[in-house]
Amino acid sequence: MSDVPRPLKIAGQSVRRRDLVEKVTGAAEYCVDVTMPGMLHAKVVRSDRAHARILEINTGEALAHRGVVAVVTAADLKPLFPRFGHIIADHWILASGKVRYYGEPVALVVAESLADATDAAELVRVDYDDLPAVLDAEEALAAGAALVHEESYPATADDSFKILAGGVHETDASVEDRPTNLAHEVTLEWGDVDQAFADAAVVVESQAGYPMLYAYAMEPYNAVASYGDGELRVVSTAQHPYMVREDLARVFGLPLAKVRVIAPYLGGGYGSKSYTKVEPLAALGSWVTRRPVKLVLDIEESIYTTRVDSAQVQVRSAFAADGTILARAFDIVMDSGAYADNSPLVLAKCVNRCFGPYRVPNLRVRGRSVYTNTAPASSYRGFGAPQGNLAGETNLDRAAEQLGIDPADIRRRNLVAKGESLLPGKRGMDAELVADLDMVVASLERDRRDEPGYGIGFGCAASDAGAFPVSTAQVRIQTDGSVTVLSGSTEMGQGSRSLLAQVAAEELGVDLDQVAVVQSDTAITPYERTTGASRTTTLVGLALQRACADARAKIRQMAAEVAGVSPESVADAPGGVELPDGSTAGFGDVVQRWFGGSAGEVTGIGLLRREGPTQEMPPFWEIGMVGVGVDVDLETGHVVVDQLVTVADVGFAVNPKAVEGQDLGAATQGLGAALYEELVYDGPQLVNANVVDYRVPRMGDLPRKIDLMLAERRDGVGPYGAKGAGEGTLNPIGGAVAAAVARAVGRWPTRLPLTPERVWRLANGIEEDD
Amino acid sequence: MIEAVSFLPITLTVNGVEVTRVVEPRTLLADFVRDDLGLTGTKVSCRLQVCGACTVLVDDLPVSACTYLAVDADGADVRTVEGLSDGENLHPLQEAFVEKFALQCGFCTPGFLMMSKALATENPTADRAEIIEHLEGNICRCTGYRPIVEAVECALARMRKVPSE
Repeated sequence: MSDVPRPLKIAGQSVRRRDLVEKVTGAAEYCVDVTMPGMLHAKVVRSDRAHARILEINTGEALAHRGVVAVVTAADLKPLFPRFGHIIADHWILASGKVRYYGEPVALVVAESLADATDAAELVRVDYDDLPAVLDAEEALAAGAALVHEESYPATADDSFKILAGGVHETDASVEDRPTNLAHEVTLEWGDVDQAFADAAVVVESQAGYPMLYAYAMEPYNAVASYGDGELRVVSTAQHPYMVREDLARVFGLPLAKVRVIAPYLGGGYGSKSYTKVEPLAALGSWVTRRPVKLVLDIEESIYTTRVDSAQVQVRSAFAADGTILARAFDIVMDSGAYADNSPLVLAKCVNRCFGPYRVPNLRVRGRSVYTNTAPASSYRGFGAPQGNLAGETNLDRAAEQLGIDPADIRRRNLVAKGESLLPGKRGMDAELVADLDMVVASLERDRRDEPGYGIGFGCAASDAGAFPVSTAQVRIQTDGSVTVLSGSTEMGQGSRSLLAQVAAEELGVDLDQVAVVQSDTAITPYERTTGASRTTTLVGLALQRACADARAKIRQMAAEVAGVSPESVADAPGGVELPDGSTAGFGDVVQRWFGGSAGEVTGIGLLRREGPTQEMPPFWEIGMVGVGVDVDLETGHVVVDQLVTVADVGFAVNPKAVEGQDLGAATQGLGAALYEELVYDGPQLVNANVVDYRVPRMGDLPRKIDLMLAERRDGVGPYGAKGAGEGTLNPIGGAVAAAVARAVGRWPTRLPLTPERVWRLANGIEEDD
Repeated sequence: MIEAVSFLPITLTVNGVEVTRVVEPRTLLADFVRDDLGLTGTKVSCRLQVCGACTVLVDDLPVSACTYLAVDADGADVRTVEGLSDGENLHPLQEAFVEKFALQCGFCTPGFLMMSKALATENPTADRAEIIEHLEGNICRCTGYRPIVEAVECALARMRKVPSE
């Protein structure tokens, strides 16, 4: 292909998303719709204690119930590897010896119908001996605290974790000399922080609490599993089917090739369906009964399966009189619940992201992820960024106020420039942050109202996104010239199925309707490490471009053979090749003639790893630039979002309307955390483990003005200069709302969400009493 | 202990087809259409009647099928998302949802469509504020709602021009 950029025909167009038609007719298949022949149904028996020794599990009555085939407990795990977890394999499939949180699976009832399983689950009697429980991070870190885990677990062999986590000066001081409740600790430090604080004109201290959240993907966790003849097949709601495959292979001692994990359309993910959830339970049920088993959680069970890490963050920043940042120091404590899951990486990312996209000459960050006797926490959209960004941005806004500097100016002064280093040893900044910020501020100022109770706030974020660059893709050129794209990435609503078709159509010069995309089946599609960290457009897009180039090279070779000319003399043409005599042949013709008999197929393979454009980590910086304007009712504390302004610095939008959709969706989830959402523990259990009391944004909460802007400067490593999207606009929303409310009421909040009561208390200077 | 379960026969029309089945009295309409009839387009999420995902029409009125007993639909005319289009062309609401990118994961979409269909019947000239009020009981976690409002506005306008729908 030539080096001259060709005009793009399909990439860059807001094409109709191909998955949407299936979804509006009800024909789209989600995991929860999948059945298998002879399928049984499972119901989980869960702990009703936060922390207790299991004395006895009496299954007799349940086993005698109509339709019950098996009641599975930890005793059945003996021949298996009994735990999962991709960083630390500490997560018991069924509680063994003791329970560590209210809601932990203790037994699995498998029956002919869901009604039978549900009825019989009530009949399983578990005798417990209560243990002292640690219900928040502070309690868990106190001297002499009860231990959530008495033993330490060896880390899995996944060394990419360190690469993903690491800044060069980062030390990972984890876990070897437990017993404590410290699940993981990460520090990051450079410069002479103490000297910088001593030299500062102004030092600003603040703290911020980020709430415990639930992602609420509307399709709850579920899986159907079938074990037999040394093979395991699992259909599940997994964002990362290949990572789940590794956990399952370890549990059942099977070769990876004998474990097939399929992820159909996901009813929402937002990070909450990353890594292994209910798949081992369903598989265990099938392993015991040798029949397919389906397990569908309800929403309460899903909340107790995976929540978001809450965080308490202390910040100190040192400034020169002109607002230049001299040093920053952060102390982060995350409540990660009873099992590590992905919290070590969430913590590491929070450490990398908390200080913002600013030039910080001297930095010290300490992050701790703490085990507590609460529901396990793991990945969530933004990945540690929302937790850290709130603290860092609020601190910067307070500094601007103290220094008498405009909050946009203090940011302009400190934002890193394009190409400048943000984290030592990492890719330089691949975005123009000041230009992005100017777009946000101009839009906000245009519609700002100067009246009591009105405030604007904005924030900046940059995330080391894209995850670990291992991607593979294949394209299969058919005898009629149509194209099948194979990718292991998952379609969870973000639009990858449509986007990958656009990239293949663009690269091969075929019509969009000639391209089919098959995804996320470990037995059929090529390896994809994860679907997260906004990676698919950039990394799968690159792998797919390589697959298309590989297919084209093969086709040119075949065309040369058939025509009896040299391969170098054959050129690419849209949907085919051009021969030296000026004639053209379509892909299908070439395939048919080379194989003969109107048969055959050509497969192009694309492999991506850490080299060339994706050598430097992160593959790209994901930028978040947002602003809000709020109306606060000073009588009631009720907050109405008057303006929501976002800039998506995506390099190039392959499907602009899809990018806007991601931005508004992410920002809206951010508004949920900022204003409404918080899981609340009162004693061992949540008081609001349901969608009635855990309030998420509704249609009536729509901001009055929504301004979604795209910054396309073709500065990413992905196809056509693209970078990822989908998390960025969530990350700085919390800080932006906190600042807007603070400016409206005259006092700075120290925690989210800003519920009416909290805002009313702030406005009236009345402390919270909990 | 649980008494021997009695089963009840029900006869109802679902998407224009009359069906007769024998069900447990506790069977919910959502599970009935999904499991007994294989109409899996209707989705269940909160099971508490607050998210709207499971919305179907019973005698043209929207109900949360997750908390509506199948036996209460005996004799009724039930319409699910599978019965929204005529089988050839998308319903104007479906078409507008696709055009306006009013869905991403799509799990809430059948409920939004059926709730919007009820609005189209009851108030075909609904303005933006009325649309928002009508759809306040449906949760979407992906889109941030604005594209949904736009899709419903667009579909209602088109349906007013072609009153047959």
